Amino acid sequence: MTEPTGDDRRDPAAPDPGTERASGTERIGRHAADATPAGTAAHTEGGVELDEQTREEAVQRADEHTEHLAAEGPGLVPDGEGSIVEQLAHMTAEELAEREAEVAEVVAPDRDIAVEVGDTLLSMDAVTMRFGGLVALDAVSFDLKRGEILGLIGPNGAGKTTCFNALTGVYRPTSGQVRLEGQPLGRRSRHQITRLGIARTFQNIRLFGEMTALENVVVGADARHRTSVVGALLRLPRHHREERQAIDRAMALLEFVGIAHRAADKARNLPYGDQRRLEIARALATEPKLLCLDEPAAGFNPAEKDNLMGLIRKIRDDGYTVLLIEHDMRLVMGVTDRIVVLEFGRKIAEGLPSEIRENPAVIAAYLGVPDDATA
Amino acid sequence: MTTSSTSPKTGTASEATPTTGRGWFFGLGDQWNSLPRPQQWAWLVPVVVLIYALPLLNPPLLTTEPGTNFPLALFDVARFALIAIGLNVVVGQAGLLDLGYVGFFAIGSYVAALLTSPDSVLWHIPYLWTLPLAMAVTMVFGLILGAPTLRLRGDYLAIVTLGFGEIVRLLATIVEPLKGQVGFQSVGHPPGTNSEGNAIFAVSNGTPWYWLCVTITIIVLFLVGNLERSRVGRAWVAIREDEDAAEIMGVATIRFKLWAFVIGAAIGGLSGALFAGQIGFVNNQKFDVPTSVLFLAAVVLGGSGNKVGVILGAFVVSYIPNRFVELAAYKYLIFGVALIVLMIFRPQGLLGARQRLLAYGRQAYLRIVGKPEQLSSDSSLKGEGDRIS
Repeated sequence: MTEPTGDDRRDPAAPDPGTERASGTERIGRHAADATPAGTAAHTEGGVELDEQTREEAVQRADEHTEHLAAEGPGLVPDGEGSIVEQLAHMTAEELAEREAEVAEVVAPDRDIAVEVGDTLLSMDAVTMRFGGLVALDAVSFDLKRGEILGLIGPNGAGKTTCFNALTGVYRPTSGQVRLEGQPLGRRSRHQITRLGIARTFQNIRLFGEMTALENVVVGADARHRTSVVGALLRLPRHHREERQAIDRAMALLEFVGIAHRAADKARNLPYGDQRRLEIARALATEPKLLCLDEPAAGFNPAEKDNLMGLIRKIRDDGYTVLLIEHDMRLVMGVTDRIVVLEFGRKIAEGLPSEIRENPAVIAAYLGVPDDATA
Repeated sequence: MTTSSTSPKTGTASEATPTTGRGWFFGLGDQWNSLPRPQQWAWLVPVVVLIYALPLLNPPLLTTEPGTNFPLALFDVARFALIAIGLNVVVGQAGLLDLGYVGFFAIGSYVAALLTSPDSVLWHIPYLWTLPLAMAVTMVFGLILGAPTLRLRGDYLAIVTLGFGEIVRLLATIVEPLKGQVGFQSVGHPPGTNSEGNAIFAVSNGTPWYWLCVTITIIVLFLVGNLERSRVGRAWVAIREDEDAAEIMGVATIRFKLWAFVIGAAIGGLSGALFAGQIGFVNNQKFDVPTSVLFLAAVVLGGSGNKVGVILGAFVVSYIPNRFVELAAYKYLIFGVALIVLMIFRPQGLLGARQRLLAYGRQAYLRIVGKPEQLSSDSSLKGEGDRIS
């Protein structure tokens, strides 16, 4: 299940290198062409493999989608009558799998990433964070490879969230550097870092409560847009184009994380679990090169955690790189490719989940060391 | 691999929608929002015609006469509506508490006065040109005030803007060419004379001024609506809801706050120039802090963040003192008590914050869930929802 480099669709040499989103035709057509048996697990889910016939159908569907965009507004359009949510309810397993593949294709990041899959995407280089006399991070270094799920674990107060804040620009490191694709983040502001390609969710959910779920996600999608105030005021063509693209992508994202039926509800009225999913969708909407999840499973029951693990894997398989802070060991061990362990602001271990599980330093950090052993 | 995450759970969507009995008045908004667009237009057109016809109809109960000339009272309402729409961009949309909005209103008035009044030593231009010029000048002032201060939040910003409003008024008193209390007589007005050779836009004739102001207000409403349903409006609301989260989601917060400030300033300046033209006289007496608070009261009373709401608030704040002249002396007392009562029982204002933030939202929501979005905001204040549910 863990094949971090299995997704070769995001190769920089792939067609459609522009930062603008492709048209509906190109997008879905590309999906059909790419969906070889060696494609991602998402494509072959439910035993569906796309042959010539389905490829033609996909192209035809894409044409219809483009027509629909022009006529009715945005949205990946299923063939039948009724709203998308109604149609999803009546789909067979095969249709659902096909639909899921379509949605995943829209959700997939569509921007140039300078590093190849498997190479270092982000590196923390001896990052130190001092708050007065408190050293929250002490020369922490680790690399994140493109296409992997890296777990960041440690006991409470180990500096995990500080680490997150340092690499998303909330704090500026006292010393050391964070590099994305080899470029130091430097003194960039937080919104610039998001646009560069690091998105995050929050440990305490921080949605825009008075906005609908769809609007929340569109705010994330706006990070990739450039409509000016004058353009919006006079509704110039770019505004129209970007609005359609943003809504199109946001709707696909809501479906991707499984809360499409909540699209029209205000964020603050969503159930807790759906709010967490909405945060992930909003962060994905910025098309991040690196998605940082800060304890996404906090407050979840085991079944919900299983669902979340599935979602995190699906996100990775769709071409994203994930950094995960999590307390739940079963979840971390089950979903990550590599793990970095922090304790008291220092990195005490790094390795595969199986290695971390056996690492005496980690066991000591989590379970404590008997007094006579330290004496 | 677990895939159940995308499996839909239909039937649960409607359960989460709170159905609180708010009476017919507040339910009206939801009914309105569920109407298709053509039907909304079918309702709106006669309403707009009626609004234009008001000064001619002079309806018995609504009229402010004999206390106040009715068309002039209507102009006052329209002017307040325009101000409230402008202030709503700053306070309601972007959530920036601006107590010095009267400063921009004053600058707009002085631009019109300085460039059209014979008392001014500056060169003179036709009155209508002062409207865009007043907007441009106030935008510059909005930029000057906003650039250094918009890093402040909440209370601190309110204090700085309060100071700004006072500074503008004091400058008008101190700076010689601005003539302090003496002021500027016979400020210009739009051209045109009637068959008897009198100016159409005379100081005593409220009707044409009312029509001009309503027309401008409608245009401004459209433009502000365009902004609301774009990434600009979404950025503003995101900043209002959670500024840090907005910035981390890629919103250039300082830039969009500045835009809200500048656009609000421009509308304030525009209404100031209109006011100067109608009243024909500008001095330093009309731009004090209570006036600024009255503007804010219109926004808060009607429902900050709701364009229809703030127009309603503007109507209440400007119409009541004109309609019940005997109460005019107590207007601050009355509005003060009304605000306190409102904050206790309906803290979101007469109509709560409600916004459509997507240009194609209507189609999108119907497409994805088969119903319009949840607009019925029980409160724009956080925590209120917990009390209800």
